[in-house]
Order: sequence, then C-alpha cells, then structure tokens
Amino acid sequence: MPRLIAFRIAQAIPVMFVVAVLTFLLMHMLPGDPATLIAGDMADQDAIAQVRRDLGLDRPVLAQLWLWITNLAQGDFGKSLMLNQPVAEAVWERLPVTLSLALVAFVITIPVGIVLGVVAAVWRDTWVDSAVMFLALIGVSVPNFWIAILSVILFSVTLGWLPSSGYVPMGTDFWRWLASLIQPATVLALFQIGYLARMTRSAMLDVLDQDYIRTARAKGVSPRKTILKHAFRNTLMQVVTVSGYILSLLIGGSVVIEQIFAMPGIGRLLVQAIMARDYPVVQGTMLMLGFAFVFINIVIDLIYAYVDPRVRYD
Amino acid sequence: MLQVENLSVDFRVDSGWIRSVDEVSFALDAQSTLGIVGESGSGKSVTALSILRLHARRNTRMTGRIVFDGEDLLAMPERRLHEMRGRDIAMIFQDPMHSLNPVLTIGDQIGETLRIHQGLNRAAAEKAAAGLLDMVRIPDAKRRVTDFPHQLSGGMRQRVMIAMAIACRPRLLIADEPTTALDVTVQAQILDLLRDLREEIGMAVILISHDLGLVAEFAERVLVMYAGELVEDAPARNIFEAPAHPYSEGLLKAIPSADVDMHRLYAIPGRIPDPGDRPPGCNFAPRCALAQPACSATPPALDTLAPGHRIRCPVRLAAREPAA
Repeated sequence: MPRLIAFRIAQAIPVMFVVAVLTFLLMHMLPGDPATLIAGDMADQDAIAQVRRDLGLDRPVLAQLWLWITNLAQGDFGKSLMLNQPVAEAVWERLPVTLSLALVAFVITIPVGIVLGVVAAVWRDTWVDSAVMFLALIGVSVPNFWIAILSVILFSVTLGWLPSSGYVPMGTDFWRWLASLIQPATVLALFQIGYLARMTRSAMLDVLDQDYIRTARAKGVSPRKTILKHAFRNTLMQVVTVSGYILSLLIGGSVVIEQIFAMPGIGRLLVQAIMARDYPVVQGTMLMLGFAFVFINIVIDLIYAYVDPRVRYD
Repeated sequence: MLQVENLSVDFRVDSGWIRSVDEVSFALDAQSTLGIVGESGSGKSVTALSILRLHARRNTRMTGRIVFDGEDLLAMPERRLHEMRGRDIAMIFQDPMHSLNPVLTIGDQIGETLRIHQGLNRAAAEKAAAGLLDMVRIPDAKRRVTDFPHQLSGGMRQRVMIAMAIACRPRLLIADEPTTALDVTVQAQILDLLRDLREEIGMAVILISHDLGLVAEFAERVLVMYAGELVEDAPARNIFEAPAHPYSEGLLKAIPSADVDMHRLYAIPGRIPDPGDRPPGCNFAPRCALAQPACSATPPALDTLAPGHRIRCPVRLAAREPAA
C-alpha cells in the first residue's frame, strides 16, 4: 500500500507540471492587456508602459514562464495584479466557501443518487423505474442556472425559507452556514444525482445478471440480502470510481453556482480574475484545482483498493 | 422423492413466448443418481434451474408440477422456497470462475448457507466452513477460509461451490455441467469427489452434461433431451450399450474413442432447431437417418419400449413391437 501511494504521488508531479505550463500559455494567448486595465481609462501610453514594466509583463513570454515556474518550485504563487494581495492568500481565503459548497453537494449526491439507482434497478421495468429514470433525465438535461433561478424564486422570494445569496462561515454560525449552502448545493447536486442514479442502475442491473447472484439465490439467501449484501457490494466498486469524478465535477460546477448565489469562493475569484486578465490569480487557481483533482484521484484509488479484494493482492 | 410432471418452461422474447422445455416428466428416488444429457439448447439446464425456480420471474412462465417430498415447488410461496433452497435441494453450476462472489471470502460464502438455515453465528459458521473445505479435499482448509475466490484455481473454486452446496447435507444435489469449464484431469477429480460425497451424505444427485459418456459412467438412470423434449429415459447401462433413440445413438457415436481408428470424428448432421421454429412433426426428423414421411407429420409421443425404458420414436417402437 505505501508503495502504491508513493507511486501515485510520483505520477502526479509531471501531471501538475503540464497543468501549470498549459494554464500559463492559455492565459497569455488570450487577447487583452492587464496593464491597460490596471492603469485605468485616463492613463496615457507612458503610464501603461510603466505599469507593464512594474509587473514584468514587458519581458518575453518564455522568460515570464520560467520565472513563474521557478518561483512556484519555491512555493511562491506570485502576487495578484488586481487585488494587491499574494495569490496564495487570495485563494486560501476563498477555499472554505468552494470546499463547503462542493462537499455539501457531494454529501447530498452520493446517498440520493445511489438509492435512486438501486431502487430503479430492483424494480426495473416498473413504474418506479420509469419515474426514477425520468427524474434523472430531468436532472442531467435541465441547465442548473435555470433551476437555480426557479429555486430562488420559490424558496427565497415566495416562501422566504432560505437566503437567496451570500455565504456565512461555519465558524460564525453552523446553522446559518448550512442554510446559506443548502440551496446552492442542492442545485449543484441535481445534475450529478441524475448521472449517478443512471450509472448505479446500470451497474446494479449488470451485477444482478451475474452467476454469483444466482448462486446466492440457490443457497436460500433472501431477496433483500441478495441485493444488499451480494449485489450492492459489487455495484459499489463502480460507484466509488465515479464518485471521485463526481466530486471533481462538483468543484468545477461551483464556478457557475457561486456566480448565481453571489458566494465569495474560488469559482467567483477565477471568473473575476479572467475578466481582469489577472494572470497570477488565474494560474494559481487553476493549479489549485488541478491539484485537487489529482488528489481526489489518488484517494479514490486507495478506497478502490480497500473495496475490491482483487486490487489489494494483485 | 422428486416427481417432475409435465413441466413446461416458456421465455418471453420480443415477439411473444417461446417454449424452452416441453412437457417433461420424470421421477427420482431418494439417494439415486440421474443424468440429463443433451446439446446446448436442449433444455437440460433450464429444466434443472426450474426445480429451484431460479429463472428470472419477470420473463419466465412455468407450468406443470415439481413435487418434492409431497410439496409442489412450483406452487409454494417464495418464503417456503427460500427455506428449502440450499437446505433440502442444493445446486452447483457450470462456471466456477463466475459463480462465486468476488468481494466475499470463501469462508463467508460457505458459512452463509449455515447461518441462514441452521442459525449459526459468524464464528461457528466460519469454523464449520473450514471443516467443509476439508471435506471437499482442499488442503490447508483453516487458512483458506479467509481467501477470496480470485486466489483459487478453477478446480478449487468448484470444490468451494460443492462445499457450499453440501453444507446443510441436502437430500438432492443438482450439478449443472459441473466439470465443463475444467481441465480433463480436474474433471475426473471433481466427479470422484461428487461420487464419494453422495455416498457419505446419502443424497440424490442430478448430473447435467452434454457428455453422454461422463453421465453414463456417473448416473444410474439417464434422460436424453432434444429441443426441449425428453426423447429417451432409460437405465444408464441400456443407453450406453443399446441406445434406442436415433438421437442417443448419434450422441454415443459422437464420443471420440481412442481404440477405434477413425479418420474423422463423427458428428450428427444438421443442428438443433430454434425454439421459435420447430418442425411440425418429430423435432429430430430433419437430422434423422431413420425418418419416415410420417415422422415429419405428427409429433411422436414418449412411449414405453421396455419396462423402465421410454423413448420418443415411433420407428424404433414399431420395430420392437413384433418381437415383444
């Protein structure tokens, strides 16, 4: 096991390097000039050139890349152009918001998606199956910004049960924290619930067709135990694999949700930074997200080895 | 002990229902051995699975009666059936690679039968599982109980399946092609094991196989099935020495033999008809060397050729009658 972990971490290093270089190059290919934006509408050419020199943007792109990478290697993410604040600090401040949002959405997605999928598989080809699959289809096909707006109209405006925007830190008040998250997290989760329910259903149907399920029935195992013990354990292996993917998508999806619900998270920071051509922030944020995805994948591999005995010994 | 009466099994397909097993009847005494032989698609495995009602209910229709110790298995409530499965009637399957649950230890899987039917707790069941592994001659049984199926060879896995099946000392063991997926040397060991366990436990065994030679060697009585129907029911010795139905004859001739110098292996010409597209008369007529015009007109009935010997072939029945 420690060898597996070491190996996966070693694999992650070149991946992170490629992410860093690609993000950097993509950002610098975008049209627009941060110096112009920072200097303001009234600035003349000299002032803009001065700002550009101060930021080091007058140097060749490859030289800038080299400087950024060498600083990164020393743990320095650089300074934001628009916030007058180190990038690491800017990201760190907003991280809890995005993590809370993604994790609460994840905690909603996993049980609901799995239960719906299993129920649909067990009652396949009945009205229960059709109803669940119809809901799942709505979940994956209706855009979540639209659901978000409808949800705000109903729960915040008409009923007044939940706040329509903003974020309360967990340290301030746990219940208000939860109240501020429940609506955006649920909206964010809907797509993934639909996806996970469909995935679980087909995995479960596949498992229910296996010979070992027939063996269990031939032994006299009750239908309930056949599903919960013999079939579900095997379905779980496939669910674990996609759950990492789902968490990554939830973190990515928070970019849109944070905009709609005006939550000061990484997603909102990223969008603002792109608008302002704030290279260091965009690069630093992308790198953090890339790191999060790689980290999630490593954790999933470890969980997988725990769930499937064949992985443990091979 | 077991009477199967007019068992028919239909499966739902897109265009309606097709008949897989057609009016099959036979009986089995306690502690006896019965072999069921036929090609793929003959309905032998479907018949076997029907005894424990293991078909998916949503697309299967079964009619007739399967009486075990006076109770009709086809009519009994699910709950009662669960009690009998694994306790009174047990089953092993063709493919030991896929018949064991990959994420559970073999000790857990064997012990489960005992936990369900004899109320043993986990520790006691695990201990009993080790004893059962010993019984099916798996070396170092105590350590093996914590193994997962992928750590065992095919032959070992079939032994585990057998251990699981005999855990409650059932009165009937149904073995559906238990050796088909195994090496020839392992096949012989598994059959020897089944023979010994049958003696030890005193259970009846139904052995299903496409290999007539193997079945005739193991069973006292043999049923030959073709296209969902029983075509011959006879003592094993009769089938082996003097098969009466032309199909049984063909099956016997198709066994390769080492002491006869043959340039080509024998094969019955043609192939088994599709269940949805069976001939109007005798199912075997299109492939039969003895076929008369009448054979293709009316479906023949299963009739007694000699005491304890039934065949479904009017030609052979007519040939014997003057002598009798």
